[in-house]
Amino acid sequence: MRVVIAEDLFLLRDGLTRLLEAHGFEVTAAVETGEDLLTAVLADKPDVAIVDVRLPPTFTDEGLRAALAARRELPDLPVLVLSQYVEQLYARELLAGGSGGIGYLLKDRVLDGAQFADAVRRVASGGTAMDPEVVSRLLASNAGDSAVAALSPREREVLGLMAEGRSNWAIAQQLVITERAVAKHTASIFMRLGLQPSDDDNRRVLAVIAYLDR
Amino acid sequence: MSGTASPVAASASRRGLWPVARQSLAGLWHSLTFSALLLLGLGPVLAVVTAILWTWDEIMMLAGLRMGGPYLTSTGAGPVVVILCSLLYLRWLANLTRRLANRWCGTLVRQPYRPAPQQSGIRRQLRWLVTDPATWRDLLWLTVNAVAGTLLVVVPVAMVVYGIAFAVLPAVGVPVAHLPYVGIITAKGPGAGLIGLALIVAGLWLAPRLLPSYGSVARLLLGPTRGSELSVQVERLVRTRSDTIDAGAAELRRIERDLHDGAQARLVAMGMTLDAIDRQLDADPAVRALLAEAKDSSVKALSELRDLVRGIHPPVLADRGLVDAVRALALDSPLRVHIASELHGRPPAPVESAVYFAVSELLANASKHAGPCEAWIDFRHSGAMLRISVTDDGRGGADPEHGTGLRGIEKRLAAFDGVLAVSSPPGGPTLVNLEIPCELS
Repeated sequence: MRVVIAEDLFLLRDGLTRLLEAHGFEVTAAVETGEDLLTAVLADKPDVAIVDVRLPPTFTDEGLRAALAARRELPDLPVLVLSQYVEQLYARELLAGGSGGIGYLLKDRVLDGAQFADAVRRVASGGTAMDPEVVSRLLASNAGDSAVAALSPREREVLGLMAEGRSNWAIAQQLVITERAVAKHTASIFMRLGLQPSDDDNRRVLAVIAYLDR
Repeated sequence: MSGTASPVAASASRRGLWPVARQSLAGLWHSLTFSALLLLGLGPVLAVVTAILWTWDEIMMLAGLRMGGPYLTSTGAGPVVVILCSLLYLRWLANLTRRLANRWCGTLVRQPYRPAPQQSGIRRQLRWLVTDPATWRDLLWLTVNAVAGTLLVVVPVAMVVYGIAFAVLPAVGVPVAHLPYVGIITAKGPGAGLIGLALIVAGLWLAPRLLPSYGSVARLLLGPTRGSELSVQVERLVRTRSDTIDAGAAELRRIERDLHDGAQARLVAMGMTLDAIDRQLDADPAVRALLAEAKDSSVKALSELRDLVRGIHPPVLADRGLVDAVRALALDSPLRVHIASELHGRPPAPVESAVYFAVSELLANASKHAGPCEAWIDFRHSGAMLRISVTDDGRGGADPEHGTGLRGIEKRLAAFDGVLAVSSPPGGPTLVNLEIPCELS
């Protein structure tokens, strides 16, 4: 799997490259600015681009804008945005296109290399990887929603993991329950929230996030 | 007042003749200098009068009221330049007088002027000069100086000059009567010599003794009044306060950058290294557990740093500005928040930050105390005033007298001369208005 990295700090660019290579990815380019990202993405046509939100020259949300611009140039280019902090506002902008292949994670998540590599693969194959912190804030801001409040604690746990973009299998692993039990929970959740059930993992994520993000 | 400056008469006999003579001569020299300044002071008065006549001439001409006769030729900018130059010259002269009075008259005459404008431009300079009351007091000084200065500094000098004339000129064969203003004195020969000597001694005696009084007069008109002192002080305080606030904001931004590129990046890098070790290590479970613990600690440290940064300088505020940062706040709030903005530009960073934290506090208050409700946030800017209203349809009953939250907001805004108005009758709705004077950029 071929990856382009945009990260301005050498320490992290280097670390990310090594981490990804250790997990079997091929890093075709590791660049420092949003502009270079566009060039590299157009030249290399990678399977996924990993982009830091804060890039030169403005050191604001340059990376986010570069990622969205890259997706306009190469539609459906999977993009994983990394940041030192996460905002629902940015998650919403990333997901606004309505298609998959979007990841938005705290940099903290690279500390668990295996899980991070898993998230990169998920995004590269058109799935979604939302940071647990975005999801928990999304759930917290829905505390007043009667349908969400009516869910059981277990169902809310499953809902959170679904919103992160995990598959039934991954949710089952995480909660140490069977996949069949997870399927039962998801069916119940979709019914209570009044959503159309879907077997497609990605469409399911988007539906859940869209519901929570109203 | 002039208490410090009677250095002369005290114990002349004890100190001998030379110091007394030296002081008298110094006094004479000082009086002579002030007399020269008095004459130099007539320049700007004449120039300003000329310029005014000039302008008047032009107005008359433009109005078609001036019928022939000699014109003072003028271009539009002429009078302005003359007035500007005269006023600058006047200021220079007044400052010179102040300096010399400080040195020679034993009085402290400080500058009363308002600080000069930051930007250049003739119009701005002129406005600065003309609107400062101290300029007009300087002009008044020129007039008063014509009388007080004549009595206090010109007279002693004149006495000495005429004394010398009476005592010396006849001796070299020039008739005294040729001097102006001396026709009244008819003494001749040794009589004139005696009068001359007496005038010299009297002039020398008077000169240093009149200088302190001259200094007092100068201070009265050239020194700051209570009002001008206060207004200068207020202007300085306003400037230093805004400098302090700006410096503080810049410092917070720097700290945030340093943490982002420094400590936070290093923690992430360290965590990645730990993960790499974990991957390559074939150690016993105890070692792996320690490694996991170390990784856990870096994750916690990262999360603590994140909270810290959020508290001092929210990144989304720096990235996107006030309105989007408040949008981000609204997304995190359990309330349904509607945001409307008519801002075209961004307020200064410190104001953005104060408003952000104020709105954050208000939203938190509403979700804590107002019960389930909706909120509306409205941003407007008009007439150099930023206005934000935060409304909710909750239970109401918020009281700024109690509750440290509203008090805290009030204090935050006060640093920018901003105000907070709360209307929250029991049963709601709660309406909070924030107003901060500022420009958008």
